[in-house]
Amino acid sequence: MTALAALFRRDIRIALRIGGGALVGMLFFLTVVVLMPFAIGPDLATLKRLGPAILWIGAMLASLLTLDRLFMGDSEDGSLDLLIMSRVPLELTCATKALAHWLAAGVPLVVITPALGLLLNLDLSTSLAVALTLLAGTPALTFTGMIGAALAVTLHRGGLLLAVVVIPLSIPVLIFGVAASQAAITGPVPFGAPFTILCALTLASLVIGPFAAAASLRQRMD
Amino acid sequence: MALIDLANPTRFLALTERVLPWCIAITVILLLLGLQQAYVAPDDYQQGATVKIMFIHVPNAWLSMFVWGVMSLSALGTLVWRHPLADVSAQAAAPLGAAFTFLALVTGSLWGRPMWGTYWEWDARMTSVLILFVMYLGLIALWRSVEDPSRAARAAAVLTLVGAINLPIIKFSVDWWNTLHQPASVLRAGGPKMDPSFLIPLLIMAVAFSFLFLTLHLAAMRNEILRRRVRSLRMLQARQ
Amino acid sequence: MAMRLKGRGIRCVRGGRDIFSGIDFDVAQGTALAVTGRNGAGKTSLLRIIAGLLPAADGTITLDGGGDELTIAEQAHYLGHRDALKPSLSVIENLLFFRDFPGGTPADPQASLEAVGLGAIGHLPAAYLSAGQRRRLSIARLLVLRRPLWLLDEPTAALDAAGQKAFAGLMRDHLAQGGLIVAATHGPLGIDAQELRIGDNMSDPATPPEAGNAADRPA
Repeated sequence: MTALAALFRRDIRIALRIGGGALVGMLFFLTVVVLMPFAIGPDLATLKRLGPAILWIGAMLASLLTLDRLFMGDSEDGSLDLLIMSRVPLELTCATKALAHWLAAGVPLVVITPALGLLLNLDLSTSLAVALTLLAGTPALTFTGMIGAALAVTLHRGGLLLAVVVIPLSIPVLIFGVAASQAAITGPVPFGAPFTILCALTLASLVIGPFAAAASLRQRMD
Repeated sequence: MALIDLANPTRFLALTERVLPWCIAITVILLLLGLQQAYVAPDDYQQGATVKIMFIHVPNAWLSMFVWGVMSLSALGTLVWRHPLADVSAQAAAPLGAAFTFLALVTGSLWGRPMWGTYWEWDARMTSVLILFVMYLGLIALWRSVEDPSRAARAAAVLTLVGAINLPIIKFSVDWWNTLHQPASVLRAGGPKMDPSFLIPLLIMAVAFSFLFLTLHLAAMRNEILRRRVRSLRMLQARQ
Repeated sequence: MAMRLKGRGIRCVRGGRDIFSGIDFDVAQGTALAVTGRNGAGKTSLLRIIAGLLPAADGTITLDGGGDELTIAEQAHYLGHRDALKPSLSVIENLLFFRDFPGGTPADPQASLEAVGLGAIGHLPAAYLSAGQRRRLSIARLLVLRRPLWLLDEPTAALDAAGQKAFAGLMRDHLAQGGLIVAATHGPLGIDAQELRIGDNMSDPATPPEAGNAADRPA
């Protein structure tokens, strides 16, 4: 347990100190949301209807953007070799790294969602509903994205390749995340079935992600 | 930063040490006076008591642009004259500018709710100020992404000067586009169009906020100079 | 039971080309093995195979007398070309992570820093360190957590003469405490070691340059 706590502390510190990406992810999210009215037009009724979808797309792209660094930094400076040689199972190492990454980069996105909802003319309850679906859904984005991050390290390629690999994996999360938000606004039952499925996706990714990422890292031939 | 560059900042530190207490005193007095004047100012016949938000909102909005102007001058100082204090000034001003812009956006949003029935509207003025806010944050992120501030200085200076294009867009957005936000009523051709009972408290508040910025900016520059000295000394310590 | 690292018939294939094959070695407790050979002979590859970071195409490696439940990797320290340091963390934070995370018998971090001559600057960010100091901090990693097998890849690169001498002392201490060392090296290690020269029978001047470059790639 102390080993995992040490890894968790280290990753959080790196993310929050100078050169870490926690602020940039939030800023990217804000920028994506600010861009939308320029493309769609400033009609508040349209923005209100599209609001949950815009927020979800923005959060998804922002979490994807920061995911690039999940294993890349450790791979470049040789830390990854030492993580693999640890007595801690690699699956737990991956899960801990993803959890730290989600706390440093994912939770801030959830926190600023209500403020961004205001820009899209969503009322407070809708914004909070979207934030809640993001809170439930962003771990799934991180933990499935981790598989892509591990593959990217294995192949020494990051950036766009990572996005292309990870986005298809994230589509179910997006579908049910937006559906749950819409259900929260208009549905007969608040949240309802889509939200339950979203939570199920998150729980499944919590299990599958670390195993797949660890398997991919073990195949690293360098 | 080489040790030789500290000569000029040393004089700056000595100067701020003497000036800063006066700046603080003037800021406090002006703020108290301005708030008192704003408090006794009459309610607007259309807007009621909500008009008093103006006394906070307008100075913040002015300063949000003024600070970018200060940063642009500092950027010139960095790029053209390579003055050692210029990038300290730019770096210290960015978070202050972001804070003023944020306050302008928040107070405007709170004012807009009772007036227009919405917290936010994508009108030209508000959108351009929001973009200014995003640019401030981007600049802060740029400064924060590199450990060595002198390396970030030139990149930040270029970005600041390019971003200055946004300032006239913000200023004239209310004239160029037909927008929800009301047009300028103080800084306009043909003199202010505002009753003196509003104008005087507003001007006092504007001066007070300018002094607030001056005080905070000097203090932040001081902190930044000291922070860089600590960094240099720590690097020396690592090398010995 | 005394520990013994045994390798039998190890073969390494990279990019479809044999780097080396039929490598045998025996390292007894308290002794060191110096792996030598020209550039691209596969010294780094051999170390990474022992560390479990690279699969061997053939052959077996066993560590007799070690922990029964543990793999060789989990009982070994690997000191590679890269320093595995995070510039935004302080020197001591970097070190504490490598005491707490990998698993082994922890030692006093301050004493480890002092052993490599970094005792006074533990609070500084690792970004401020010179290349030699970064190397020393990596070496402190070997001291702050006891693991019996040290796998060292060009350990004295970037160290000055005094640093090399001090490191030789640390290696002797490790051997005296019953440790094992496998080091890939060009120059003298500064300690008594049996030599394992690899890659000679594979290398002839007729080797195509592309293949040579592929093998030269730092792993």
